[in-house]
Amino acid sequence: MLEWWEGFWATYSAVVYGIGVNAMLALSIYVTLSCGLLSLANAAFMGIGAYAAAMISMQSGLPFPLALTAGAILPALVALIIGIPTLRLSGVYLAMATLGFGEVVRVIVLNMEVTGGPMGLNGIPLKTEFWHIALLLALTLYILGRIRRSKIGRAFEAIKADEVAARLMGVNVPAYKLFAFVLGAAIAGVAGGLNAHYTFTIGPNNYAFENAVDILTMAVFGGVSNLIGPTIGGTILTLLPEMLRYLKEFRLAINGLILIIVVLYLPNGIWDPRRIHAFWQRRKARKGH
Amino acid sequence: MLEQQLINALSLGSVYALFALGFTLIFGVLGVINLAHGAIFMLGSYSALLLVEKLALPLWLALLVAMLVAGTIGLVVDYLILRPLRARNVSHLIPMIATIGVAIMLTNLAQGLFGAENKRFPVGTIPEQSFNWGHLHLTELQIGIVGISVVLMVILLIVMRRTQLGRALRAIAESPRAAYLLGINVEGLFYLTSFAAAALGGAAGVLVGLSFNAISPFMGQPMLHKGIAVIILGGMGDIRGAMIGGLFLGFAEVLTVAYISSDFRDAVAFGLLFLILLVKPSGMFGKVLERKA
Amino acid sequence: MLKFNQISKNFGGLQVLSDVNFSVPEGGIFGLIGPNGAGKTTVFNLATGLLRASSGSIEFNGQDLGDIPPHRITELGIARTFQNIRIFKEMSLLENVVVGMHDHLDYGFTGLLFNLPSFRKIEMVARERALELLSWVKLDHKAAMLADSLSYGEQRRLEFARALATKPKLLLLDEPVAGMNPAEKSELMVEILNIKQRGFSVFLIEHDMRFVMGLCDRVAVLNFGRIIAEGPPDEIRNNPEVIEAYLGKEEDE
Repeated sequence: MLEWWEGFWATYSAVVYGIGVNAMLALSIYVTLSCGLLSLANAAFMGIGAYAAAMISMQSGLPFPLALTAGAILPALVALIIGIPTLRLSGVYLAMATLGFGEVVRVIVLNMEVTGGPMGLNGIPLKTEFWHIALLLALTLYILGRIRRSKIGRAFEAIKADEVAARLMGVNVPAYKLFAFVLGAAIAGVAGGLNAHYTFTIGPNNYAFENAVDILTMAVFGGVSNLIGPTIGGTILTLLPEMLRYLKEFRLAINGLILIIVVLYLPNGIWDPRRIHAFWQRRKARKGH
Repeated sequence: MLEQQLINALSLGSVYALFALGFTLIFGVLGVINLAHGAIFMLGSYSALLLVEKLALPLWLALLVAMLVAGTIGLVVDYLILRPLRARNVSHLIPMIATIGVAIMLTNLAQGLFGAENKRFPVGTIPEQSFNWGHLHLTELQIGIVGISVVLMVILLIVMRRTQLGRALRAIAESPRAAYLLGINVEGLFYLTSFAAAALGGAAGVLVGLSFNAISPFMGQPMLHKGIAVIILGGMGDIRGAMIGGLFLGFAEVLTVAYISSDFRDAVAFGLLFLILLVKPSGMFGKVLERKA
Repeated sequence: MLKFNQISKNFGGLQVLSDVNFSVPEGGIFGLIGPNGAGKTTVFNLATGLLRASSGSIEFNGQDLGDIPPHRITELGIARTFQNIRIFKEMSLLENVVVGMHDHLDYGFTGLLFNLPSFRKIEMVARERALELLSWVKLDHKAAMLADSLSYGEQRRLEFARALATKPKLLLLDEPVAGMNPAEKSELMVEILNIKQRGFSVFLIEHDMRFVMGLCDRVAVLNFGRIIAEGPPDEIRNNPEVIEAYLGKEEDE
């Protein structure tokens, strides 16, 4: 029995870790979406966090938690700096700006010698264990859950529904948008740090536009009405490529197809409380007759 | 030397402008950021390649047919995906996310069909001739590229400014509902615009493919990013803006590569993007940021 | 309470307001009327900080509103409803009203993070107050329903309750009875009078003459961006310039 487990773990630990990391990434973009912002920069923030944590682990003797903290703080700072001017922009312009920012990060990181250039970083110590990911995912869910149930969560919803009205209800809209943006960046950064410490090597191309789209797909697919949606989205879209190994070449195409199908037919994602509730209501009604 | 760079810049800039035009048309008339435009550009390039390779078509014919192919793809995308979304009252971001899906699918499919490596045009396809004019070195290819781009842009300008069709399109850009109430066939013109914009994108694809003689499934991506920078620079939905913005970017890139470093070539577009977003998000010929229903 | 001093506003070449002077007294109901396009909503937008005046100043309780951002003006005590209703459609009625209390929910990040008793108490009190406000507009029985499911008239009443939640000193109502049937209008009239009894001041824009004349203590008339009259309803009713402004409009149509 134990042998089987050890065999299973040897092969699939990366997948399990991947579920946790991807769930966190999906949650990171959920935070901004819950406020009405579409940020395509979260892959870049993940990258910044990953590089920061990895470099600390590789170049100093500092313990893992410290590296991860840096992985959260550095992207948050960057988000703060670029957020202040760019969050003034509305929907589409913001998406474009964040897309551009993500590309700039990739192009710059690619060119810096200190970050290993195009080859990236190799030989990152394998420090991540299951409980790290489980703990941080649980923490993320807890924090986001508490925020949702407070005036901050309500403010986000209000801003998403009608920014002007929210402003006039006393909500400091620019401050809250910035908060959502920075928080999303921090979460993505931690996910990046965790990911770097079990994938052994990272490179600029792990944090490109396609990755930002992956993250968006997970959130949109799962649904962004509540926290369960992105978590489920992250889980399923991590497992799917594993189960469809033989379609590996077309993994991206399937991602694209999923995006299209969800947008057209399941606009609130698969975990849509309202649709599920309505479904059960109809079943109950039919059973009653 | 500078003049030589300017020639190169003109050639590069006109293709950027051509690409951005299609992009900005779709935004102006349909109100959608079509992030699949880069993929369509790439498919235009492959179409021309196949037409020349397999059917031995002359280059000018391959260009035309490639434009038709690209246009059709654009039309199909609009019909299947953007049209159903128009009926619903959704935020601007939703169609954009859908086009991201399309872009990824098309790119991945191209990769599966054609392979990921760079392909070249068959030897002898690309015009080799060059002229020397004073100390300037002009290739027939460059002249062709600039010429074709200019012709297409002029045609577009004439249509937009001087024809009934152009007036109708501008009315739709202003307010689709009002245009509809005026009896304009808004839906039909949406299809036409999708077709035309994609055709322009496909043309840009052919020209870039010829220019660098390297066609890959991934060539659409960087082009798309530059297209975004150009239309924001020039003002989203504005045709003059797309043209001038494209030329401007071409010059900025060529001069950066020549006098600073070629490493930063792709960063120029984004640098400009940020600058403009910070200073004047509506771009050079900034129009209204929010469109009326 | 709210004073407009020589306010002018132009958009590009269009002069929307010229030399507007009026004063909304505390504790009463003040009405602003005028033909369509006279600039009434612009007055509200200026008062709530959504627009900046081209010249002149606006004072609220002696304080110049100058460059203050909208959410801070709300904090100072001005609340407003909208001509084209702007409720939060995907939130419940209760949540809509609780958003209005945003500024007054004094718990910090630690409180909400650890679900401390102080956080729980403030939230509970907020919900109770929200329910109370909903009962003022007779919507408390629908508190858990989605705002989107309400009828037009009910949505207006919801907006009203939500504005009250911000604990305003002055309530700006932009065409509060537009689209309502006579029964609903009478009910709202009673409700606004109740509000006045509870100590709020009201400043409203309306087209319905009977409503305005029956409710307001003072009325100002705006025509083509200028104030042409200000005074008690009876004076306004018989003011020749006012009659001309309205009749003149009717003749053109």
